[in-house]
Amino acid sequence: MPQHANAAESTSAASPWRQQARSPLLAAGIVILALAAIYLFGNRDSGLVTQSIVSGLLLGGVYALVSIGLTLIFGVLGVVNFAHGAMLTLALYFVYALTTSAGIPVYLSTLIAVPLMFGFGFLVQRLLLNKLTTEGSHEGPLLITLGLQLLIVNTLLMVFGGRPVSVPGSVDGSLRVFGAVATYERLIAFFGALLVAALLTLLLRRTSFGMSIRSVASNAQGAALVGVNVGRVYAMTFGIGAACVAVAGGLTAPFTSLTPTVGESFTVLAFVIVVLGGLGSVVGAITGGLIIGLVQTIGALYLPGTGALLLVFVVFVLVLLFRPQGLFGVRP
Amino acid sequence: MKQTETELPRVAADDPRLRDTDLRNSLITLGVLAVVLAVLPLVVNERIESILVLTLIFAIMGVGWNLMSGFGGLFSFGHAAFFGVGAYTNAYLVIEYELSPWIAMIIGAVFAAAIGTFIAFLCLRYKLAGAYFALATFAFAQMFLLLAQNLEFLNKTDGLSLPILGEESFWHMQFRQGNDWYVWIPSGLLVIALGITILYARSRPGRYVQAARDDEVAAASLGINVMRTRLVAVMLSCAVTAIAGAYYAQYYFFVGPEQAFGTHVSVQAIVPAVLGGIGTIWGPLVGALIVGPLAEYIKELLRDPPSYLEFLQGVSGLDVAVYAVLLIVIVLFMRKGIYGTLKDKITERKNQ
Amino acid sequence: MSERGTSLLSIEGLTKRFAGLTAVDDIGIEVAEHEFLGIVGPNGAGKTTLFSLIAGEQRPTEGRIVFDGTDITGWPADRVAKAGLVRTFQLMRPFESMNVLENVMIATHQHTPAPHAARHKALDVIERVQLGRYATAMPASLPTAALKRLELARALALDPQVILLDEVLAGLVPAERAPMIELLRTLHGEGLTVMFIEHIMAAVLALSERLLVMHEGAQLALGDPREVTEDPVVVEAYLGEDYA
Repeated sequence: MPQHANAAESTSAASPWRQQARSPLLAAGIVILALAAIYLFGNRDSGLVTQSIVSGLLLGGVYALVSIGLTLIFGVLGVVNFAHGAMLTLALYFVYALTTSAGIPVYLSTLIAVPLMFGFGFLVQRLLLNKLTTEGSHEGPLLITLGLQLLIVNTLLMVFGGRPVSVPGSVDGSLRVFGAVATYERLIAFFGALLVAALLTLLLRRTSFGMSIRSVASNAQGAALVGVNVGRVYAMTFGIGAACVAVAGGLTAPFTSLTPTVGESFTVLAFVIVVLGGLGSVVGAITGGLIIGLVQTIGALYLPGTGALLLVFVVFVLVLLFRPQGLFGVRP
Repeated sequence: MKQTETELPRVAADDPRLRDTDLRNSLITLGVLAVVLAVLPLVVNERIESILVLTLIFAIMGVGWNLMSGFGGLFSFGHAAFFGVGAYTNAYLVIEYELSPWIAMIIGAVFAAAIGTFIAFLCLRYKLAGAYFALATFAFAQMFLLLAQNLEFLNKTDGLSLPILGEESFWHMQFRQGNDWYVWIPSGLLVIALGITILYARSRPGRYVQAARDDEVAAASLGINVMRTRLVAVMLSCAVTAIAGAYYAQYYFFVGPEQAFGTHVSVQAIVPAVLGGIGTIWGPLVGALIVGPLAEYIKELLRDPPSYLEFLQGVSGLDVAVYAVLLIVIVLFMRKGIYGTLKDKITERKNQ
Repeated sequence: MSERGTSLLSIEGLTKRFAGLTAVDDIGIEVAEHEFLGIVGPNGAGKTTLFSLIAGEQRPTEGRIVFDGTDITGWPADRVAKAGLVRTFQLMRPFESMNVLENVMIATHQHTPAPHAARHKALDVIERVQLGRYATAMPASLPTAALKRLELARALALDPQVILLDEVLAGLVPAERAPMIELLRTLHGEGLTVMFIEHIMAAVLALSERLLVMHEGAQLALGDPREVTEDPVVVEAYLGEDYA
């Protein structure tokens, strides 16, 4: 599978930073120029723009965490997890159920949801996907994750119904940054997401477990020859992807209105982010997440309703046209 | 361009291996199907007719999806894009220009084919096949959903309602409720779509695209322009799917963003083909015959559940959850689908 | 046996470099019409890469390929094949979903759009490589020898002027080799130009009119097969172990 090869190059240790240091700089340059242009010629109140930038970055942090899970699963298993958004929804409802029925505070519930979701992901890979991924089929896993997505969403619909519910928040108040308002809950979500992203990067680069993940990503057969249990690494990777989503779910639960389809848009958003960042690249997912967050909130200044989301797709089409390997990807 | 032929004994013109019996059998089966579909509305009641129409629409979508994703190996997760383009083009042209739905349907099919070909070209240009292709098509379908929700001339989230004429007219595809034409038209469309599939699968471009699906490098080494042959499959697939969409709009007199471009629409194109057998001629039809009535049966069941299922009263989502389980089970245990597996068993037995 | 005609395929300074590795290094040969050119060399000598370059699957880093008076350097594989220069694969690559007849039809369709005629022509080729009894069998059920013949049949079915054969004898037991060699000799006798990568020396010597020896991507020797194989440089670099 060719995508394995390039995914490996980009997840592997330092290569994205060192060899392709130019593309993130270029991306940052374009973003800063675009923001400056909006301040100067955007015809919008500068306070409003600042608020949008702050909100966009806060949102982008969470996007980044969701996308890391997707990109990791793709980089290692070569599977695009279509159920990614649905897993986010599942995590949100876990947290919802724990807080409302057992009265556990939301962040503590998150700590409980994370290992549960890890186990869920582990089992999904073990029971449903392992055979197909080891055979190298790419449509099989795709269909399974599609089935899983439908199953999760509709089971939640059967259990909790379609009416929106919300998780009681635990931290009130907000902080002013450069005149913009950021609620503590959103700040916690942002820094929590970045912290987990950093821990994950360390895990991948510095631990022997990370080594075995990277070796499987670059060459599963070779890794098996030197004694890596490939099936287990696959399952752990899927578990970690699910755990990332669980963290993202727990952190966003206090300010999200829950419906069984709330995660659906995240699958496609995370995919756009991963394509923008480069398939399989963790650094790309973080950068892509922040950019897409900004596009959405700044876009909302000009386009009402779901119009801002459309802008996200404009970015997607542009990437597909001009840089299909993404910011940090390697052209196949 | 020189050797062979002359010196060697040629295969006799009446050699039995020269007869394409598969093609003949498929066309005979199609003829039988056409007769059955023609008679069916005469003998069933109106409620079954409405299930039948839904099943036929599923089947046409599945046949369309199968053309590019089954025979062509290009997995689309966004066939809603083409279904929706067909539905919206039909509705828009019928409302704004009072065009006959027959004409509007064809224009919609051409339009969807053009869009699909362009999208596929973008994705295939850098050999972005497989999972990437699947999600890229999905993203385009989502984009069209958002576009439909935001475009003034498509009436945003309210969607388009088709005018009701109040008189029966074949040209305007409008009849009294319960008229058998409402079944015959999609039946005819399905027969045409299956006919296209049968002939395409055994024509030169159809064989080429299957060769490219099996082994892209070997196909190119035999002179096949892989990109071009794939785009032909995409074109046909999108056109057939758009026709299903156009009829949908016509039958329900309405099309809105969710009905046209929603994720469930893409799923409805995939599920019949996967259940029946990806890349087989009859698979999507077999799958649709399961999915259509099943969805209806479950809805019925939930409306008025027996006592041991009382907890399901008024619950929604069970129908889709059931397909989801079916989908997973089939992919895990019956890779070639119900029809595909049966067919293989029969061929195996014949060869023994 | 054959008249040496004008040059049909001319390869000039052909080079392919991958990061840090030169797989094919400045190869230059003129292949005459109706010639049978053998190519030998140890594993990794760049023989198959040379074929991939000629067949258009990879772009050469440097050099030119001229086929029948036309510069085909950089042409995509399908265009090269259509022009009459066809390769086979060492590891057989049948279309798994199609039976033998349909596999060959993919090739005959190239010049024959009508299905029935393409089918007839495919069956002719199948009979000719003696695969007749397998015509309706699926590739997965074929023995190696039959798969090799299928690979050959598909290439022949395109009516090529030049055929590039990549180890069509590999994997055959000795008893299966002789008929294959005979078949190749007949095809060549009928006017086909052949480039032939092979490890089995007896076959190379039996068929080749000229022999190219490759070593580490470069041309080590080119000439009369007997003379070349006795060349001390060649013997030392490669043949010493194998040829004894």
